[in-house]
Amino acid sequence: MRVSTSSPEETERLAALLAAGLAPGDVVTVSGELGAGKTTFVRGACRALGVRGRVTSPTFTVGHRYRGRVDVSHLDLFRYTGFAAPDWADLEPYFEGAVCFVEWPEVGASWLPLARADVSLTHRAEHVRELEITAEPDLIERLGSGRA
Amino acid sequence: MILGIETSCDETAAALVDTGGRVHASVVSSQADLHSRFGGVVPEIASRRHLELVGPVVRATLDEARLSLDDLSSIAVTQGPGLVGALLVGLSAAKGLAWSRRLPLTPVDHLHGHVASLYLGPDQVEPPFCCLLASGGHTLLLDIRRRGSFDVVGSTIDDAAGEAFDKGARLLGLGYPGGAELDRLARAGDPDAFAFPVARVSGLDFSFSGVKTALLYAVRGLGAGELHGRRADLAASYQHALVRALVERTRAAAAGLGLTRIAVVGGVAANSGLRAALAEAVFAPPDLCTDNAAMIASAARYVLPVPYPEYLGLDAYAAATG
Repeated sequence: MRVSTSSPEETERLAALLAAGLAPGDVVTVSGELGAGKTTFVRGACRALGVRGRVTSPTFTVGHRYRGRVDVSHLDLFRYTGFAAPDWADLEPYFEGAVCFVEWPEVGASWLPLARADVSLTHRAEHVRELEITAEPDLIERLGSGRA
Repeated sequence: MILGIETSCDETAAALVDTGGRVHASVVSSQADLHSRFGGVVPEIASRRHLELVGPVVRATLDEARLSLDDLSSIAVTQGPGLVGALLVGLSAAKGLAWSRRLPLTPVDHLHGHVASLYLGPDQVEPPFCCLLASGGHTLLLDIRRRGSFDVVGSTIDDAAGEAFDKGARLLGLGYPGGAELDRLARAGDPDAFAFPVARVSGLDFSFSGVKTALLYAVRGLGAGELHGRRADLAASYQHALVRALVERTRAAAAGLGLTRIAVVGGVAANSGLRAALAEAVFAPPDLCTDNAAMIASAARYVLPVPYPEYLGLDAYAAATG
């Protein structure tokens, strides 16, 4: 599905709708260029999953793990120029027992577990973002009904 | 004599620091000679690289100080925050070394390590002071009343300051991480050529995500032809915006806390624009700004060591606890 949001708050609300249908073990990829709102999207999802602390960009350390009602992992593969078995060994623990969001997933595509949803954000105007979401039918239904 | 080991992110580092804060040796894996000695094509981020380097780096550190494991009183190691796999390499190496010599082990928080870079060498900073900790992964304002502890009074709500510099460099085609290169390019540019407003968030917090997007729009607006001629102006204006936000909030924090002294630590403390704009502050020595193990050994001086063999069960942690 394709939707537009006109503020960071609206992007967070959309993410929260999606997150409500997620459970530990689920993976969501979040792609888009610099400043497209990927971390904003993950922040909204984290809030819906009960994470109360700061949700900040994990670019430098590659991974954050938060405690909410469930554990939430927040990964960012921006700094990887290639991806191989040792890299997967580093990241695998973040996928265990947590809902996992992966920013800049492209470089690790062949190693990452199958995602339940792939979210792609595009700049349209200063605050306007277009989101293209490919997801399992139950998640799409949640997004549809929540926005109705 | 404390042996410090740091593997929380990209650097494999070891150092020897005595209880008075004198650095007897400090080795960081990105140093040129180590690259040629242990180099090769290995992934930058992978724990495998730490695994290959941690032994040689500890050995090089002991050699540099002409000391052996017999001279150690304890071992200090970064426990978090960082990439868990990377942290575990250092933690496991430290446990093994400490266990083999029946030495105590001191787990150190990486952020406390950055602050403890101010407690090294002949010109050590004494609390109370207000500290700006700005690196690739963190941006914090700290109220420091005594060594070994701090209260966080402000932090970034999205991107770290160092990340903003590095991603800005990427938008300007300087590669990644290019914070230092952006700093060099900025010296040739006009800081008032472009207006990059930094979002004002409540309290003493920072937000650097919006200014990064503003730079993206400016770059796009210029087009490829004009961009090349304006890169220095863009870099100077962007750096000016980031530095102003850091300086304003740091001064406001110090004033609010009633502290007259300001110190700056972390990789961004090496930025020339920040050093010039916050001239009244004490900056960590350049070689101690980026990740190193001397700061970890230094921080261990203010943490209770875990006695042999209780530390064998210690685990690494991924996220900042503060």
